[in-house]
Amino acid sequence: MKLKTLTSAIALTLAGGVAQAETGLIVGIQLEPPHLDPTSAAAGAIDQVLYSNVFEGLTRFGPDGSVNPGLAESWEISEDGLTYTFKLRDGVTFHDGTAMDASDVVFSLDRARAEDSANAQKALFGGIESVEAVDPNTVRVTLSAANGSFLFNMAWGDAVIVATESIENIKTDPVGTGAFKFSNWVQGDQIELVRNEDYWGTPASLETATFKFISDPTAAFAAMMAEDVDVFYSYPAPENLPQFEADSRFEVLVGSSEGETILSTNNLMEPFTDVRVRKAVAHAIDRQAIIDGAMFGLGTPIGTHFAPHNPDYVDLTANSQYDPDLARSLLAEAGYADGFTTTLKLPPPSYARRGGEIIASQLRAVGIQTEISNLEWAQWLEQVFRGKDFGLTIVSHTEPFDIGIYARPDYYFQYDNPDFQTLIEDLTAETDPATRSEMIATAQTIISNDYVNGYLFQLAVPTVVKAGVEGIWPDAPTQAIDLTAVSWSK
Amino acid sequence: MAHYVLTRLLSLAISLIVASIVIFALIEIIPGDPAAFMLGINAQEDTVAALRSELGLDASPVARYFEWVGGMVTGDFGTSYTYRTPVTEMIGERLWISLPLALIALALSTLIAFPVGILAASRRGSMTDTVIMGFTQLGVAIPNFWFAMLMVLVFAINLRWFSAGGFPGWDEGLVAGLKALTLPAVSLALPQASILARVMRSALVDTLDEDFMRTARAKGLTRGQAIKRHALRNAMIPVLTIIGLQFSFLLAGAIIIENVFFLPGLGRLIFQAISQRDLIVVESVVMLLVFAVIVVNFAVDIAYAIVDPRLRRQA
Repeated sequence: MKLKTLTSAIALTLAGGVAQAETGLIVGIQLEPPHLDPTSAAAGAIDQVLYSNVFEGLTRFGPDGSVNPGLAESWEISEDGLTYTFKLRDGVTFHDGTAMDASDVVFSLDRARAEDSANAQKALFGGIESVEAVDPNTVRVTLSAANGSFLFNMAWGDAVIVATESIENIKTDPVGTGAFKFSNWVQGDQIELVRNEDYWGTPASLETATFKFISDPTAAFAAMMAEDVDVFYSYPAPENLPQFEADSRFEVLVGSSEGETILSTNNLMEPFTDVRVRKAVAHAIDRQAIIDGAMFGLGTPIGTHFAPHNPDYVDLTANSQYDPDLARSLLAEAGYADGFTTTLKLPPPSYARRGGEIIASQLRAVGIQTEISNLEWAQWLEQVFRGKDFGLTIVSHTEPFDIGIYARPDYYFQYDNPDFQTLIEDLTAETDPATRSEMIATAQTIISNDYVNGYLFQLAVPTVVKAGVEGIWPDAPTQAIDLTAVSWSK
Repeated sequence: MAHYVLTRLLSLAISLIVASIVIFALIEIIPGDPAAFMLGINAQEDTVAALRSELGLDASPVARYFEWVGGMVTGDFGTSYTYRTPVTEMIGERLWISLPLALIALALSTLIAFPVGILAASRRGSMTDTVIMGFTQLGVAIPNFWFAMLMVLVFAINLRWFSAGGFPGWDEGLVAGLKALTLPAVSLALPQASILARVMRSALVDTLDEDFMRTARAKGLTRGQAIKRHALRNAMIPVLTIIGLQFSFLLAGAIIIENVFFLPGLGRLIFQAISQRDLIVVESVVMLLVFAVIVVNFAVDIAYAIVDPRLRRQA
């Protein structure tokens, strides 16, 4: 009896405090942000923690990817599309109490486009000629050429508004205008945010939000099952999802991301210089088999470099229908009846490593031999991305609306088509939505017909959520985990 | 004894200098640019160049080597490329997890291994010995990460006595910290204890056959007294060697266990730093681990001399 009491006392102590009213949320993510400045690194983890939660831009992405007013309440665009006059919201303050006004916007945009700027998406600001504060609540941005995506560009995490007063320590102590304030960072373990009581808009329902970094898929499973975390964003072990779906304690959200996963092809390397060879590769790939085999069924097949959930998406999957016989005859036509050998360089994510093995066997079936090498990201960037030393590689391009990379002949897959480049130039200048849609459709068709890369599938984002958590975005229009509207149901 | 200590100290210093050169050279050779890694695939060339010069990566390797070594001598390990915080601070924080973890695991391992090994040796050939040896064989064979996952399954997911992982920080109190380290320490300690128990047993078995043991028994000592006074001391040399090796392993090699329990320790820091090409952190942590291993070996050498006076005279 005594022993029993003792054991239960130990069990109680070990189990920790009594359950309290749910006002905080613990979100598991795989990668830790290297630092906390969204305007000077490409790491998606920075935006996941800070975008909209801590930092806000002039405009912001909604859950469906639409561009909504952010710190700018409204704007006027001049007839010629060159001048944007932003009206800023009244009474917005940074978390350190200083006011957010036009001078902060001027500072932020000028800093991002400066000569020595370390902004990973500097191209977003490329067309800006000048930024001036008309009065404390009005900012005028002048562009050198009309840019139909300017408001979209300003919604990126790389374009958030930062303050002169707090810029020096932004990497470890980020000060923004969002509904959450940065509170604490236990490096290697977690980042804590607390509710900003002086928020200009609808205050957050959560009092605290904690992001925990759990990189190992098995550990992620254990943490979720033990209910150590309430949400696991981009859950890394899709093979466990059915188990969570069957468990009433959890809910599984499978959303779409901006990640076009492609079999990138070196267009300047023999024999991929021949469009027939690229077309043969496209027809040799069984997309559904890759999605089932490598992604446990998660993902949508694509036939061009564009997100299927976008209203302007054109379904071109029929263009590269799985047809090994056609692939073989195309290869023969191109003079490779006996096939050829090329390299297939794979970065670390499972879509690449698992998908690579499947693609290699599918290509082998039509006579193309691949030498697979597994690379770390840093090696991949050096060898493949900058060195252009590859035949094939698999990578997910996660930036939203990035079809413009096909207009850059020096980009690693080295596609050089002057017609396409002119089209993208015109598209950038075009502001009429209907005309833009048409042009975007044409762009998708051109790169699909040219078989620039093997288009595989749109990466899905599975998120495991504890029952009772409401308002988590299922889709990922940008790499954000916007918690401003998340709450616990009573 | 003084001469013995001095020669050991000299070899310690030479090892450190050689290690620093090897580490720096190896890391220089690894392909991959930290600036390019940080800025990702949409960055413009001029941005990457600006960041490289901001990080001081455009200086020559020789200049950077001397700056690094010079800094280390004064306790300044430089600033992390990715995190932009002082490396000394980062290592300090991680050490507060890795060091206690290694010490707890080592203590557990020794506490289990000593009595078990002694018991098995003194009952050599008996049923007890066979059972103990069977279990230690199993302990050596089971991979510690698998054992760790099993413990998570039982104690975190089913019984809910522990968290599945993570570390709340020592600010949350000693109990919370120790609680978070319990499962990892046990999973680390089990295979180590098995190895140590086997070494303890075989070393003791060897000495039990020695002439001096027969003499001791002939003088009238009981079996237990003879083991305690004569056999144990002589069996300590191989056991100390193994403990020294184990401590170094536990400090640096807990990386898999740190991943299973997502503990922010040194192992994970170095793993992350390698993939991010945070070269300065890799260099400094590796150097620190080399230093720890060398110092532990030095301590073991000194301990040899204490338990075995013959070694002192030799040197």
